[in-house]
Amino acid sequence: MKKAQKKKVSEVFKNIYIYLVFLFLYLPILYVIIFSFNTSKLNITFESFTFQWYGTFFKNRPLMESLTNTLIIGVISTVIATIIGTIGAIGLSKYKFRGKKIIDKLLYIPIVIPEIVLGIALLSIYSALSIPLGLLSLTLSHITFSIPFVVITVRARLAGFDKFLEEAAMDLGANRIVTFFRVTLPLIMPGVLSGAMLAFSLSIDDVIISFFTSGPGSTTLPLKIFSMVKTGVTPEVNALSTVIMLITIIIIIINTSFQVKKLKANKA
Amino acid sequence: MNNKKKINLPLIVTVGPVSAWMVLLVAIPFIYVFAMSFMNKGAYGGVVIGFTLNNFKQVFDPLYLKVFGESLLISALTTILCIIISYPFTYFIAQKTTIKKTVFMAMVIVPFLVSSLIRLFGWINLLRKDGIFNSFLLKIGLIHEPLQLVYNTTGVMIGLVYMLLPFMILPLYSSIEKLDKSLLEACSDLGAKPSTAFLRVTLPLTMPGIFAGSILVFIPSLGYFFVTDLLGGNKIQVIGNIIRNQFITARNWPLGAAISIFLIIITLGLVGLYQKSGGNMDDLGGI
Repeated sequence: MKKAQKKKVSEVFKNIYIYLVFLFLYLPILYVIIFSFNTSKLNITFESFTFQWYGTFFKNRPLMESLTNTLIIGVISTVIATIIGTIGAIGLSKYKFRGKKIIDKLLYIPIVIPEIVLGIALLSIYSALSIPLGLLSLTLSHITFSIPFVVITVRARLAGFDKFLEEAAMDLGANRIVTFFRVTLPLIMPGVLSGAMLAFSLSIDDVIISFFTSGPGSTTLPLKIFSMVKTGVTPEVNALSTVIMLITIIIIIINTSFQVKKLKANKA
Repeated sequence: MNNKKKINLPLIVTVGPVSAWMVLLVAIPFIYVFAMSFMNKGAYGGVVIGFTLNNFKQVFDPLYLKVFGESLLISALTTILCIIISYPFTYFIAQKTTIKKTVFMAMVIVPFLVSSLIRLFGWINLLRKDGIFNSFLLKIGLIHEPLQLVYNTTGVMIGLVYMLLPFMILPLYSSIEKLDKSLLEACSDLGAKPSTAFLRVTLPLTMPGIFAGSILVFIPSLGYFFVTDLLGGNKIQVIGNIIRNQFITARNWPLGAAISIFLIIITLGLVGLYQKSGGNMDDLGGI
């Protein structure tokens, strides 16, 4: 009896701890959501409820431009990094060649080195090669830091992959390209998709590398917000962030509920 | 036909693009930064080709050394706080049912996908003198004067811990999840107290997670200049701030490059230690 009670108390304590950490993680987000409905332009006290900022952020040209830039760079860099990273991961796990170790090491550099060092390194090389700073330099930079993450996620998927399936396909007369699209790719698809999602979320939220490799006409949303936080963020930004947040949360909820459904099905 | 000289087409098609990209946009830029750290700065910014050790002499200027020391201290504190917060958190979550675990871990990732600057902006507003925290504490009478929670070291620490906490939670969680529960049962069967079992079995077995998390927290925090910019009120600097200043405002690129070399050496040293302790490099990128 006493033991059961003790267990219950410790269970309550554990839950309180878990929710306190979640409170810490979600507090600033709740703040942003609440103040996106605030009539006052200052983010200090909550005056009264309004939806107006959700209508006006569409009309805020600089803000919309930076959002467009962010999405263009995000989509292009994700697609290119995912293609290069996926076929690269397949090759790197399949073949042995001279210099493989060097490539493996180079792939870890953008992951472990502080972003600022990659940022100034790219800025320096663009300047040495007279590549103008703008959408192109930003996209090149984003592809560079995304590739390694795609390679690692796809490689993890390849590790649990049955090589005989590819061999079987080839024995049955499929050529390499057919085998790749009909056998290999479907099997590693979950890894490819999570690599792509990782690349996209890194790209749309990147501050440091974009800070060094963007030009005057190519501000991204994080850089725009960065300059605004110093001078004063308008509720429009809160509204826009809330919309973006809502989209991401819906995607995650769908994804998680699929996982949960699968777990429940396995249990049954 | 000479088989040895035959070009291996599948190899070139698969490995070629990734290798070319990594050489052109990672290896060569880094070699260039290394070379630049031995060059002179031009009169109007830019770089003049030549050889000098002056930049490295300047790095050891007491003024910079002070920033380095403070930055390393801030990063160490951030790492320790992240371990203290994350360890019980992941440990308690790992005891939940599989479904709860999946939901909780998804909940850890969600805030992470919201613009980090927006979240920091949220913190600034929560922490300022007229913010919610101070108003609340004043109202319940715990304090009589608003506390200075932002634009100082406290603000920077909150910002860094907040930004980097998921990077500690994720590797820690996977190492605690992997823990073989039968080992702990064996401990208690053999008469070990729970605290002994924790110190002698759980903690050593989850060390790889702590190491991986520490690398993922400590190293980036040295470069997060925007956190100190926004929450430090121009008083606190990390190494990232002085590199940024050399490249953007002072326009002394060679000195900025030399400071970056210092940062690279710290990183390589820590990653080397991590690998020596048996750490897997892929654990650092599989977030």
